[in-house]
Amino acid sequence: MAELLFWPALLLYGEAAVGYLGEARHPGTAGRAATWGVRLGWLAQTALLAVQAERNDGFPWSTWAGSLNLFVWLVVSAYLIWGCRRSFRLLGLAVMPFAAVLLAVARAGGGIAAGSRSPYSSGFLVLHVGLVLAAFAGFTLAAALSALYLWQERRLKRREATILRRPAPSLAALDGLAARTVWISLPALTLGIGVGLVRLVTDGDRVDALVAATVVTWVVWAAYLVLRSLRGWTGRRAAYLALAGFVLVVLVRLALPATHFA
Amino acid sequence: MRLVLVGTSHHHAPVELRERVALDRERASALAARLAEGGCEAVCLSTCNRTELYVACADPEAAERAAAAALAELEPEVEEALYRLRDQAAGLHLFRVAAGLDSLVPGEGEILGQVRGAYEAGTTGPLLDRLFRQALHAGRKVRAQTAIAESPASVSAAAAALAEQVFGDLDGASILLVGAGKISEQAARNLISRRARIAFVANRTTDRAAELAGAFGAEPLPLERIGEELVHADLVISSTGAPGFVLDAATVAEAMGKRRGRRLLLVDLAVPRDVDPAVNDLDGCYVYDIDDLQAIVAETLVGRRREAERAESMVAAEAAKFHEWHASLDVVPAIASLRARAEEIREAELRKADALLGRLDESQRRAVESITAQIVNKLLHLPTVRMKQAAAAADGVVYAEAVRHLFGLGEDER
Repeated sequence: MAELLFWPALLLYGEAAVGYLGEARHPGTAGRAATWGVRLGWLAQTALLAVQAERNDGFPWSTWAGSLNLFVWLVVSAYLIWGCRRSFRLLGLAVMPFAAVLLAVARAGGGIAAGSRSPYSSGFLVLHVGLVLAAFAGFTLAAALSALYLWQERRLKRREATILRRPAPSLAALDGLAARTVWISLPALTLGIGVGLVRLVTDGDRVDALVAATVVTWVVWAAYLVLRSLRGWTGRRAAYLALAGFVLVVLVRLALPATHFA
Repeated sequence: MRLVLVGTSHHHAPVELRERVALDRERASALAARLAEGGCEAVCLSTCNRTELYVACADPEAAERAAAAALAELEPEVEEALYRLRDQAAGLHLFRVAAGLDSLVPGEGEILGQVRGAYEAGTTGPLLDRLFRQALHAGRKVRAQTAIAESPASVSAAAAALAEQVFGDLDGASILLVGAGKISEQAARNLISRRARIAFVANRTTDRAAELAGAFGAEPLPLERIGEELVHADLVISSTGAPGFVLDAATVAEAMGKRRGRRLLLVDLAVPRDVDPAVNDLDGCYVYDIDDLQAIVAETLVGRRREAERAESMVAAEAAKFHEWHASLDVVPAIASLRARAEEIREAELRKADALLGRLDESQRRAVESITAQIVNKLLHLPTVRMKQAAAAADGVVYAEAVRHLFGLGEDER
């Protein structure tokens, strides 16, 4: 059943990625088709997660690949909040190829199959894994918004005659939305890390590379908000900082988890 | 009823001629009422780019002569610049006009309101009522489903659209107007219509600055104080006649240092330029000069024309629907007569068989009634459909005549 739901989700995300590429070239029908691809793909993936949850007696996404599956769902969910608006369609070009690839990677890693029973309680996993992943999904979206900001700003700086041809959000909207997303995501990450550290201390475990990198990620995103509020770091500088923070998110999500999940 | 259009537009007449046949709403309404006398319908559409008379009348030649004479009364010279269209062509023309496809700038928004105004002031009946309602529907549809009206068509509109690309909603955005010329005033008005606020007006002559500032409720400034107020403005519109730069990179850089990352858009409409192009290299500053804006307008006009191609097919489809309806009017009386004759025969035959049917009980009689009615309906269904199809293909009148002849339908039923 999960397999049956995985393929439509992947295909629809893939269709959305291609559609957004078409939208970037010729705004119109391709963008509408892509938006429907995201919506329907998200529904299919939601059903997939529901089937996994129903089949597992507990939190089914405690493995690295399983958490990647949940992470993709959270990213697409966050994107759907704004992504359906016409001017934000181009954001899909940054989000959907990424989502489609990660979902395929999650399947290759066994994240669609029934997860093995975790030694941790479901409550702890929901709080720790759920909150950290939700925060990372938010940071991913903030990075996508920042990338779109840099692209749009470059076009404005270069005074392209075609600047008004493609509907894109204003610089102020992109910058403000990225900051708001970080404002929501950072407390979630703080709580998620906090819950994990409490368990670490209680169990007498050692801090591993993933925990250290996650804390560094937290510091970068906290710096994003602090510099923004106190030093007026908005616009281009904030966008570069968000992209730096996203590199750490990728590192934490993809490169280091093996040690942590082991 | 036949549809007739007589008029002139920017395609056929220069402004000196058009202005002499332009009518205000009251006079247009009176002219329409005059042309509609004697059982006709009429609408006069008069804008700065066109004066057109739409008349629906049983006698199209007479209607056309009357409409042309009415326009010639206003200005005899217009006679040579008049175009005359009928039925399908006249209908399609109005649909294109309402969609902005016949306008100087494709997709311009004002025409839709002008068509609505003309319709409301006209003397309409079933034909023109339907024509104008469908044309207005087509105009709205084109604007909703294509991007024909989305891009700016003038330098001042392009400046406002750029400001929206930078700041999003312009509600409360603060503008510094440098130079109190006509061009910057025009751009400022466009921004005000998007709820931006003129905060300062700077000019070399303080009197003119005070005058314009008074009109906008802004603060007048001498040119020397621009640097100070740059800190507070979101948008600078400059169009002085100064021979050199009024705003150099150093002045703007100093102001940007105090703005805590707030973006600044500078629209330089002056020739020679007022704003040092190096300002564009500063973080958070975006400088657009007159050439940049003109390039954007030219590009968007190309985009509008491209969208106009899509809009043409939409308009043609909508006009075809109207034409089908209009053409079906030719065959409707014949269809109605045919059905009435069939019903008459059915009832007469049932009356003749009354002696036999009298032996049937009530439910059996109802069954006979129903069966005979169904036979008539089934027999007439295909001819009805075919006549309507033929009407749309311009053979309607021939078919209607044939039906009248074959079934002996009375001339009085036409």
